[in-house]
Amino acid sequence: MTAMLNVKDLRAYYGQVQALHGLDFGLNEGSMTTLLGANGAGKTTTLRAICNMVRSTGAIEFEGAPLAGRSTENIVRLGIAHVPQGRGTFTTMTVEENLQLGAITRKDKAGVVSDIERMYDHFPVLKQRHTQQAGTLSGGEQQMLAVARALMLRPRLMLLDEPSFGLAPLIVRDLFKILGKINRENKVTILVVEQNAQLALELADKAYVIETGRIVMSGTATEIANNEDVRKSYLGY
Amino acid sequence: MELFTNQILAGIATGAIYACMALAVVMIYQAIDHLNFAQGEMAMFSTFISWQLMQWGVPYWGAFIITLALSFAGGIAIERLLFKPLAKAPILTNVAGFIALFAIINSVAGLIWDFTIKQYPTPFGSYPFLGSQLISTHQAGMIGVTVLLLLALYFFFQFTRIGLAMRAAASVPESARLVGVNTSWMIALGWGMAAAIGSIAGMLIAPVVFLEPNMMGGVLIYGFAAAVLGGLTSPLGAVVGGFLVGIFENLAGTYIPGVGNELKLPIALALIITVLVVKPAGLFGRPIVKRV
Amino acid sequence: MSAVQEVVTPAAIEAVPKRAMTLGYGTSLIMLALLLLVPLFVKNFIIFQLTMLLIYGLAVLALNILTGGSGQFSLGQSAFYAVGAYTSAILMEHAGMNYALTLPVAGLICFGFGFLFGQPALRLSGVYLALATFALATAMPQLLKLGYFEHWTGGVQGLVVTKPDAPFGLPISQDMWLYYFTLVITIAIYIFSVNLLQSRSGRALMAIRDNEIAASAMGVDVALYKTLAFGVSAGITGIAGGLGAIAVQFVAPDAYTITLAISLFLGMVVGGVGWLPGSIVGSAFIIFVPNIAEGISKGLSGAVFGVLLFLVIFLVPHGARQVAIVAQQLMGKLKRN
Repeated sequence: MTAMLNVKDLRAYYGQVQALHGLDFGLNEGSMTTLLGANGAGKTTTLRAICNMVRSTGAIEFEGAPLAGRSTENIVRLGIAHVPQGRGTFTTMTVEENLQLGAITRKDKAGVVSDIERMYDHFPVLKQRHTQQAGTLSGGEQQMLAVARALMLRPRLMLLDEPSFGLAPLIVRDLFKILGKINRENKVTILVVEQNAQLALELADKAYVIETGRIVMSGTATEIANNEDVRKSYLGY
Repeated sequence: MELFTNQILAGIATGAIYACMALAVVMIYQAIDHLNFAQGEMAMFSTFISWQLMQWGVPYWGAFIITLALSFAGGIAIERLLFKPLAKAPILTNVAGFIALFAIINSVAGLIWDFTIKQYPTPFGSYPFLGSQLISTHQAGMIGVTVLLLLALYFFFQFTRIGLAMRAAASVPESARLVGVNTSWMIALGWGMAAAIGSIAGMLIAPVVFLEPNMMGGVLIYGFAAAVLGGLTSPLGAVVGGFLVGIFENLAGTYIPGVGNELKLPIALALIITVLVVKPAGLFGRPIVKRV
Repeated sequence: MSAVQEVVTPAAIEAVPKRAMTLGYGTSLIMLALLLLVPLFVKNFIIFQLTMLLIYGLAVLALNILTGGSGQFSLGQSAFYAVGAYTSAILMEHAGMNYALTLPVAGLICFGFGFLFGQPALRLSGVYLALATFALATAMPQLLKLGYFEHWTGGVQGLVVTKPDAPFGLPISQDMWLYYFTLVITIAIYIFSVNLLQSRSGRALMAIRDNEIAASAMGVDVALYKTLAFGVSAGITGIAGGLGAIAVQFVAPDAYTITLAISLFLGMVVGGVGWLPGSIVGSAFIIFVPNIAEGISKGLSGAVFGVLLFLVIFLVPHGARQVAIVAQQLMGKLKRN
């Protein structure tokens, strides 16, 4: 099976500082993959490099087409949605406008309208607040808005950067349930960076562990979850 | 009492000029998040182009439309050529760029059309409006055009996809790129629209202040002040701010002794600053909610 | 992949580390030697221009302390400059005070003025502060013209100021004496400013510039430091204004319009915001480039000036500081090889 996203020898730089030292990995279509690692290991940088938001070298192919030289917005238009760390809410706009922006590249008006309703079903709190300025939402609500906004693109691949950050445990469960549903039902491939390793490994099919900009371990989620080192470092038992 | 109402009317009449310019200011602020000091000069240059077209025999409305289109294209060209390369430079460097642009346009206009004052026609005539000596039909027409522009802008920003994308690009550029908005072109488009609106302002103002390369100096300052007073994010605020500034200015000139023409501007500005100290986001501006 | 966002490189230049605020010893000595020796070999008119270079350099430095130090933006420096100039002129011509003694008075009065103006300015930032300071700059010439003060200010006509002779019968021209007098004051203020920005207060200011909320959380009295920055900046500008009045031998309301404030702002950008040694480079730009532009084309001098300004900011968006940093890196490489 050829991978939907293929990454070869990815190196990324912040100015003079090299943050990634040659990553190789692939994502199979319809899979859910998680990227584990300590703070500063290069997880966020990996996601940012896929969307060409940091200076990087190496080859990234999405459905056979190389992403090199494409701008961030062009990569997004291929169907890659990125939920950034810090949520990236359009704080001065309303919740509904945030959702409309998620679908700004789509031409099917009716589809957009029905998708907004679908998002309100997934996240009822957004419906309650749909005319509110998005900056006034709580952190958890903004996180849901960010995920919903990304889904409005009808992405084929979704990159999530710590979606559970700052959320109450119950809400995290809900969020991951929804992500799992989207992954299974809508066949959206998902790559998620997560601090909550246990939860991520429960849901994911595959996992990679990054340390200081290198992949040090890869395997199915079950294998990784059962690995002694991973258990000690990331799962805490 | 009659003096008072008359001064308010006169204030509204001059306010229309400021309101028109303030709309252009808000437009560019929405697109690039700072004020363009060369905007008045761009408007002046556009007005000269329309004047030149009329000299060549093009009828008023023809010249109006052609100027609008040329200004739009010119605004985009200026952004692509001069300010896109500065996108990553510090803000203050960009401000220096605006000042440079100001100097260039002013000087070139002076060379092409010289510094003598020129008459500029009005399509609305300049008769007393509804029998009032204080507001002419031209000024009434100007108020009408300003209101129309305001409605058009409101519709554009609230209900069109491009308007939404433009607002997104201005407020959080990185997130805008992540939903697929080409932020760089949104900025260029903002420049184009601001230049076009500025050209309308210039063509409406020219019959009042006469056409010459320095015609916009004072007007732009009042336009800035009006936009800031109303709230830089709100087209409606800009227009209301324009009228308020016009009224302030006239009342201050009439009722505060010893003010005369020289001190009108500082006093109007001082009043605006007082308002801003109390309400830092302007009268209609949406205060930005920040979570720390 | 293409370089989409060079996040770190520009930022490293943008946030001025403390050491980068000054020049190395070697460079400083060379600069000092040049400033001391050059006047000995040039004509009086050029000496006068060099004096103005130092004076505007001081005014740009003052703006740098405000903007580069505390992050506040001012288009009103011409007003402080005017107050300094008039203070010196009035004290000399009406009170018969010695020119050198008028300067501390000008500095103190402007410090107070700036400190008071800093109070309402506290509530404003960005474009709003720009507009407020701009209002100050446009109001000042009109205020100076007011009939009430005409007895002191000379109204629209302004005041003529006597040029001082060299003291102790020194056999040098008035221009040369004034140059060295200005040089001593400039160096003293430069050293004071460098030390100020490197002191506790300087660190407090930079903390405010970088993150006001965090600074206040660390116990920095944000309001006090911001108004003090305005005061110090205005004070230095006032001294520059006083020196300017003595050098030009004339004060008039229309010499201190918004154009002067804009020039000083351009000087700061060209020199590099927050880099104190750049002030002199910026000053040179605003004194000499308009002349060069005039020389290239009389009718289009404004356009030529604009084009030259664009060239500078295209080549070095961070001003002379960027040149200095590149030079430093090259020197470092040479030394290592």
